[in-house]
Amino acid sequence: MGTSVFYFVATLSIIFSLMVIFSKNPIHSVLYLILTFFTFTVHYVLLNAQFLAVVNFIVYMGAIMVLFLFVLMLLNLNKENEPNKSALVKILGVIAGGCLLVTLVGSFKAVSINSPLVLQNPNLGLVKNLGKELFGPFMLPFELSSILLLTAMVGAVLLTKKEEKANG
Amino acid sequence: MDNLASTMQTVPLDHYIWLCAIIFTIGVMGVLTRRNAIVIFMSVELMLNSVNLLLTAFSVHHNDPSGQVFVFFIMALAAAEVAVGLAIIVMVYRNTQSIDINVLNRLKW
Amino acid sequence: MINSLLWLIPLLPLLGFVINGLGRNTFSKSLVGIIGSGAVLASFVLSVILFFDLSGSTQKQFPVELFDWISAGNLHIPLSFLYDPLSSIMLLIITGIGFLIHLYSVGYMHDDAGFGKFFAYLNLFIFFMLILVLGSNYIVMFIGWEGVGLCSYLLIGFWYTNSNYASAAKKAFVMNRIGDLGFLLGVFLIFNTFGSVEFAKVFPQAASMMPGAGTITLITILLFIGACGKSAQLPLFTWLPDAMAGPTPVSALIHAATMVTAGIYMIARSSVLFDLAPTTQMIIAIIGTATALVAAIIALTQTDIKKVLAYSTVSQLGYMFLGLGVGAYTGSFFHVLTHAFFKALLFLGAGSVIHAMHHEQDMRHMGGLKGKLKITFATMMIGTIAIAGLPPFSGFFSKDEILAHAFEYNKVLWAIGLFTAFLTAFYMFRMMFLTFSGKYRGTHHAEEYIHESPKIMTYPLIVLAILAAIGGLINIPAVFGGNEWLAHWLTGAGIAHHELTLDHTTEFALMAVSVLAALIALFYAYTKYVKNAHVPVSDENKRSILAKISYNKFYLDEIYDAIITKPLDAFSRFFYRIIDKKVIDGLVNGFGWSATEGSKGLRLLQSGNVGFYIFMMVFGIIALLLYTYLSIA
Repeated sequence: MGTSVFYFVATLSIIFSLMVIFSKNPIHSVLYLILTFFTFTVHYVLLNAQFLAVVNFIVYMGAIMVLFLFVLMLLNLNKENEPNKSALVKILGVIAGGCLLVTLVGSFKAVSINSPLVLQNPNLGLVKNLGKELFGPFMLPFELSSILLLTAMVGAVLLTKKEEKANG
Repeated sequence: MDNLASTMQTVPLDHYIWLCAIIFTIGVMGVLTRRNAIVIFMSVELMLNSVNLLLTAFSVHHNDPSGQVFVFFIMALAAAEVAVGLAIIVMVYRNTQSIDINVLNRLKW
Repeated sequence: MINSLLWLIPLLPLLGFVINGLGRNTFSKSLVGIIGSGAVLASFVLSVILFFDLSGSTQKQFPVELFDWISAGNLHIPLSFLYDPLSSIMLLIITGIGFLIHLYSVGYMHDDAGFGKFFAYLNLFIFFMLILVLGSNYIVMFIGWEGVGLCSYLLIGFWYTNSNYASAAKKAFVMNRIGDLGFLLGVFLIFNTFGSVEFAKVFPQAASMMPGAGTITLITILLFIGACGKSAQLPLFTWLPDAMAGPTPVSALIHAATMVTAGIYMIARSSVLFDLAPTTQMIIAIIGTATALVAAIIALTQTDIKKVLAYSTVSQLGYMFLGLGVGAYTGSFFHVLTHAFFKALLFLGAGSVIHAMHHEQDMRHMGGLKGKLKITFATMMIGTIAIAGLPPFSGFFSKDEILAHAFEYNKVLWAIGLFTAFLTAFYMFRMMFLTFSGKYRGTHHAEEYIHESPKIMTYPLIVLAILAAIGGLINIPAVFGGNEWLAHWLTGAGIAHHELTLDHTTEFALMAVSVLAALIALFYAYTKYVKNAHVPVSDENKRSILAKISYNKFYLDEIYDAIITKPLDAFSRFFYRIIDKKVIDGLVNGFGWSATEGSKGLRLLQSGNVGFYIFMMVFGIIALLLYTYLSIA
């Protein structure tokens, strides 16, 4: 029963991600992307990575996607008048993607990891366990990532600020 | 939760890899076929997430929490990237009244 | 004493060079003269002291090692000197005559702008010449060898603003280079054969080798090629007459008395090797004789007073090589000594004449200078008699010793040598008579300014004249009851001395014949140039074929030009036009052109279309993955 849950959710992820790139309206794309990310959250739960599931839910689906939606709305781009690429380019793009997929799968096949996934430690993805890891060996990168976020914030504000005409 | 997690033991690691490869490729196709900068950006997010999922799967497989910590860092990075990237797109739109990437063709000799 | 003082002898002229070279623009002329001459005089005094020290000592060879110069693997070359009877005599010649010529130069070069430079070069030359004769191995000798070549080049081209003089200097340098290559190869071969370049190690080993061995013959031929270049033998002698472009004291010092005898010194030093190579000896004898004859014939018709002396020098050097070839090492060295006296004297005398005539060198514009240049005339006459081989002046003894040995070796060589002696006497007296007797043939205006040279120039002439007159007495042959002092002295240096096996009657007869030949030449020259007052025709007039060949120096320069220079030029032009311009330049330009054109094409790929770039990126990633996949599988 558990395996069928995985395959069901996996199929949903693929369908939704395909919808992301094939829907004409960008707003629909964003909505489908949110759905895709939701299926990812389910995957994390299936892998017992509870912390990541929560973070993915809050940060990706909550914050990032809202940001996308917000920008789209702000720029008033929710029309279906996007200038399409020529059919040739589209076909080429699909072929190139197909090639990539074939190559990737082929390469992984060559490595051939066929063992089933085993969860040795049920506590692995719990907040307590990851928190110890994060504030232990990964203390410095954790602190640095806070600086990164601060920098990104400053950069975003600076970029979007309207240039003053006088003495730019 | 315990019985749910134990059921995962029957899913081969290969299938995770294939799923992630497919999603990643879909992201690549999106980048290649679309002209809307924001959609391209979303495709990039798709690729990032497929990698996140794969990292988590391997983390479980190897019983190593570092993989999941990495995913956490990637999410932080993605948040930063999205903030800056969307700001750039807003600037582009403000200057060209369009977010069609074909308008941005000055990147040449 | 020898050990402690020897290094000072070359050092003093070097110091003189450094001081004069640095202060050439600031020192007064008299100070430059005092420093330059003083350094050489000090060396001369030291040489005399050491000479008496050596003659009083029972030990005859004094190696003095200064420091280890090159040390690599089994190659050890110390900078070391060897003081023995041979180098002691050479030291006396170089510093003694060198000092006289320095003194003379103070007067001769007095009005020249490059006075300080001239003395610096002269001192440098003395330094290198001393290194050459003092070196205890072939490498140190080679330093001196190259150094004197350099100084010769600098001094021939001393008046470098005249492009003819500058190219004469180049010619001398290039021709010397050809010889130097032979010398260098010879030294390499010596090292390869004997494992050392030290005289003291090479000669004892060589003495035990088979006479006529191929290696020895090759070594000696290579060394002889070196000597050919330095000592102006056929076919490399054409640089020496051109070298007369330098100031006259230079001609006297470098191109008559010292440097050009370096080849003879080198062969005499290596006499042990040469004695083992009869083939080489024969070649040396033949080339020496041929050079003597050819140069003497050319000298017959020259009109430039210095050119006559230059060809005479070449001819006399040929004599010396004849002597070396027939095994008369001491005879040759004796001739080096006497030749240094009388040829330096003649050159300085000619310089005095040129000085008096305000740099007129053409004998057709001279004549009748006997009354005005009394001392010059008298001293030059002594030199002429000495070179003509009239007894009892020095040239007689040395020349006859060589001729007697030649007679013993091969009658044909002797006959040619005798004929050359006849020609020598003739052209020397011709030069004297054209210059000093008859009527003055220059302009009347110039005649009033003719004057005898200052004392500083005439005193060296007088000293040299005395030496030229009595110099022969140091090696009076046994036939006159002499004890052959020089020959016995030189045996101390390990130079083989071959006693004459001729009986005294034959020896006397040979002398009589050569004296007779000289006298006939004197008489013939007298009738032609004094009684009949014959003057060589000017360049426009026609000459007989023989005279023409002689006047144009056997067209040797033209022949060299045609068979060596012109083909080389054509070859170089071919390489310049075809290989260099077309092939190499084409290749280099082709690379540039293809890069430019290729970039022009590739540039179009940079369309600016971001989608296209992403496509390319994806294809690149696919290619990389494929490659990895294939290399794994």
